[in-house]
Amino acid sequence: MEPVIHLRDAVVVLGRFPVLAGATLQVERGEIVLLHGPNGAGKTSVLRTCAGLLPVVRGEARVLGTDLVRDRRDVRSRVGLLGHANGLYEDLTVSENVRFWARSVGAGTDEVDGAITRVGLSGRLAGTPVSGLSAGQRRRTALAALVVRRPELWLLDEPHAGLDADGRDLVDDLLRSAAAAGATVVLASHEQDRAGALAGRRVLVEGGRTLSTATPSPKPTADASDREAAAAGVLPC
Amino acid sequence: MLKTMRLVAGKDLRIEARSRVATNQVLPFAAVVLVLFAFALDPDSGALRRATPGLFWLAVLFCLLFTVQRAFGLETADGARDGLRLSALDPAGLFLGKAAALAVELLVLEVVLGAGVVLLYDAPTRAGGLVLFIASALAATWGLVAVGTLYGGLAAGQRVRDTLLPLLLLPVVAPVLIGATRANEAALGIGDRAVSEGWPWVGLLTVFALAYTALGLVAFGALLED
Repeated sequence: MEPVIHLRDAVVVLGRFPVLAGATLQVERGEIVLLHGPNGAGKTSVLRTCAGLLPVVRGEARVLGTDLVRDRRDVRSRVGLLGHANGLYEDLTVSENVRFWARSVGAGTDEVDGAITRVGLSGRLAGTPVSGLSAGQRRRTALAALVVRRPELWLLDEPHAGLDADGRDLVDDLLRSAAAAGATVVLASHEQDRAGALAGRRVLVEGGRTLSTATPSPKPTADASDREAAAAGVLPC
Repeated sequence: MLKTMRLVAGKDLRIEARSRVATNQVLPFAAVVLVLFAFALDPDSGALRRATPGLFWLAVLFCLLFTVQRAFGLETADGARDGLRLSALDPAGLFLGKAAALAVELLVLEVVLGAGVVLLYDAPTRAGGLVLFIASALAATWGLVAVGTLYGGLAAGQRVRDTLLPLLLLPVVAPVLIGATRANEAALGIGDRAVSEGWPWVGLLTVFALAYTALGLVAFGALLED
């Protein structure tokens, strides 16, 4: 079976600046993969490339069977991306935001209500404008908007950021459920204890390249230690 | 395409109705501009009355700049633009939806500003030119929003979008400013112009609006890319 993500020496250039300098990554259906590495390593760029938002100028890049080098638009509607920004409209309510993104993929009212309930924002909060929500509640709204899109590939950048303990558990439950239902999940996170426990595999990203891949360690490993291990040719496990 | 148009236009108009930026900020700004024009041109000389259509459309252009920046600022403020790119929404429908919402906002502003210039500038009115006036206003408004949506989409992906948009937009809409001003002069009878002299300008405005609508339908998807 063809992998959901197949990047081989993928080079992405934005303006004059290379944001990926030969990334290689292979992810199979149903996997949960954690991208980790220092700030500016290229984790976000890997996610945005897989979403078809960044142009691959060299190398191989296939996501969900679509060749991103030839046409990166076809894959977009099958992918859900939760970036640093939440992608919400401040003056719309939680319910209106989720309904807008639901209608953009043809999802119905039941699915909107279900997604809002799932993230714990039903009742009064559903009718509250996003401008009146806390950072964590906004993140939950963004998660509801992601859930309602029913993506085949979930791409999440620091999904636990801004969430309380319940919210973090919610993210883990959502991602495990998605993977169990056959979706594929790739997340970038600095919270390696939590995200590492969630992921079936960890991939170190540095300098716009994916350097090493390993199953998660039982205890969190610092980025610096990972780099040293990678440099020594020893994969953390 | 029409389904996407309704979805996007409904969303933008709901946001505008709730935030009231157009009525609480853009409209007062345009009113101040009209008052400043009145100060700059001595009302007693009659120059203000003769210049009424041009000043009105200049004020509308300023309103257009603000409303277009606001319409695309909504998409960039919290990264919703990425969501639109990742959605299955038809880019042509997105273009029409944004343009339709802008057209509604601009028409409301024009009605209020129009009443303002009649009162403030003592602008002449004549019933015989009403149809011409409305037709020219509709054609000019659609032409403005078509160009505004096209260039708003282009500028939205740039870091310097706030300063880039006026630079791109204002030269391109010069034909609309000229055409709408001439048509309105004929509608209002300024300079002893007959109503019939205004219709060729409406034709020009219509061609302009259709040309930029066609361009927007074709090009808007590419403009949303980084």
